[in-house]
Amino acid sequence: MKDKLSNCPLIVEKVSHNYGSIGVLYDLNLKVYAGEVVVLVGPSGCGKTTLLNLLSGHNEPTSGSIRREGIIRTIYQHDGLFPWLTVSENIFIGLRSIHNTEERTKELHELLMLIHMEDFKNHYPHQLSGGMRQRVELARVLAGDSDILLMDEPFSALDYQARLRMRRELNRLLETRPRTVVFVTHDIEEAAQLADRVLVLSKRPASICRELKITAPRPRGLTDPAVITAMTEILTELGLNTEEA
Amino acid sequence: MTKSNTLPFVLPIVVLIGFLSLWYLITYINLFPAYALPSPGDVLNSFREELLSGRLVNDIIASLWRVAVGFSIASILGIPAGLWLGQKLNARHAFVPMLNFFRFLSPLAWIPFAILWFHIGDKPAIFLIFMATFFPLALATMVAVASIPSIYFRVAQDYDYKGVELLTKVTFPAVLPQIITALRVSYGISWVVIVAAEMVGCQDGLGYGIWEARNGLRLDSAVCYMIVIGLLGMGIDRLLAQLTKLRGVRWGYER
Repeated sequence: MKDKLSNCPLIVEKVSHNYGSIGVLYDLNLKVYAGEVVVLVGPSGCGKTTLLNLLSGHNEPTSGSIRREGIIRTIYQHDGLFPWLTVSENIFIGLRSIHNTEERTKELHELLMLIHMEDFKNHYPHQLSGGMRQRVELARVLAGDSDILLMDEPFSALDYQARLRMRRELNRLLETRPRTVVFVTHDIEEAAQLADRVLVLSKRPASICRELKITAPRPRGLTDPAVITAMTEILTELGLNTEEA
Repeated sequence: MTKSNTLPFVLPIVVLIGFLSLWYLITYINLFPAYALPSPGDVLNSFREELLSGRLVNDIIASLWRVAVGFSIASILGIPAGLWLGQKLNARHAFVPMLNFFRFLSPLAWIPFAILWFHIGDKPAIFLIFMATFFPLALATMVAVASIPSIYFRVAQDYDYKGVELLTKVTFPAVLPQIITALRVSYGISWVVIVAAEMVGCQDGLGYGIWEARNGLRLDSAVCYMIVIGLLGMGIDRLLAQLTKLRGVRWGYER
């Protein structure tokens, strides 16, 4: 299903973006390789979400170009599920392109099993915990033939322990269903645990001020040396490493 | 456990009995002349009389029919109008002042026009019900649509919902809980208006019944009609309240 994709499903070339007179992004270049997990970190208000909106095609950049290949889906911070639909019906939305009912039902069951929510398939989002809701969102974006996942601080509304579990969950899901991921977060720990590549954005107008490859295999524990090294480097880049200061 | 379960049923009955006793007491000591305040017994007698003559049932059917027709027309036109206005900012700019103007205009102000345009019978009453409920329904739907969280539309766009499908699968379910509330509120308005409307433009109906009772100085009959109006209004509201128990709208009332 994925062989239609070229090596680089997302290419950002010389993109700048302004809101009125405020420059948000400046001369940004980025190539995301197929199957790669790219995590964007940066100070709050630096334009991370703006960049995601440009990547998804929701907004057009003021200048520069963005090339995308494949089906793009976004996971939002919270409330991305339709509250009037059950868990199953919400996941069905991700399977809209499959017209064969039998195939669609089979896929739904697989996804429900994948996120361990078979018992909750007829529940409505307001009856679930925040972590469960985000798991349903994960199932929905992974459903069918999506290629690129854009994640806009998807776990930031959860408590710390739920966040840790969701990171593990995401790693596990991506292992069974590999996707190209662009993940925005302000959580440096999250970046170090999840990313193949971390991009640190500068203050507004943002450009990429540091690129960090993490080659250690996932899942990575919190105390994994690779994670600690990556966190130290990101913190230093953001000017937050107090040990050095 | 059982005590807290039965209290909601017992307490209103206690209040009702208290109220009836007070009423009986006031009439028993002749605080007001009998023609000005009928006793519970008089009302019960008149109730039997109206029921046996078939007039009460006939009036109930006439009023229910008028409310049903007027309210249905207002819903069928008002809710889509609100859905449309909620999505079009310029349309809102254009129409909202006018809609608000008519909303604040008492539907009873239309009585002279209703009679001149539609003469007597069902039509003027239906027209007045329509005028009383169309504007609040359209405005409530419009406000609900305009305040749908934008994230739903972003998700809809991600999954390629467009046109009619966007309207029926996203916009409409997103506002359905508020539409149900608006229906209940405007049904209440229409039930109030029907009584006034039937006092002038009709030859039957619950409002006409009260008017007739007044003309014949039969306040016992008037009270009998008032009780029926109140009970029917409550009963139909309970029916409409069942709509809030539909599975797909519970989220709107539980968050």
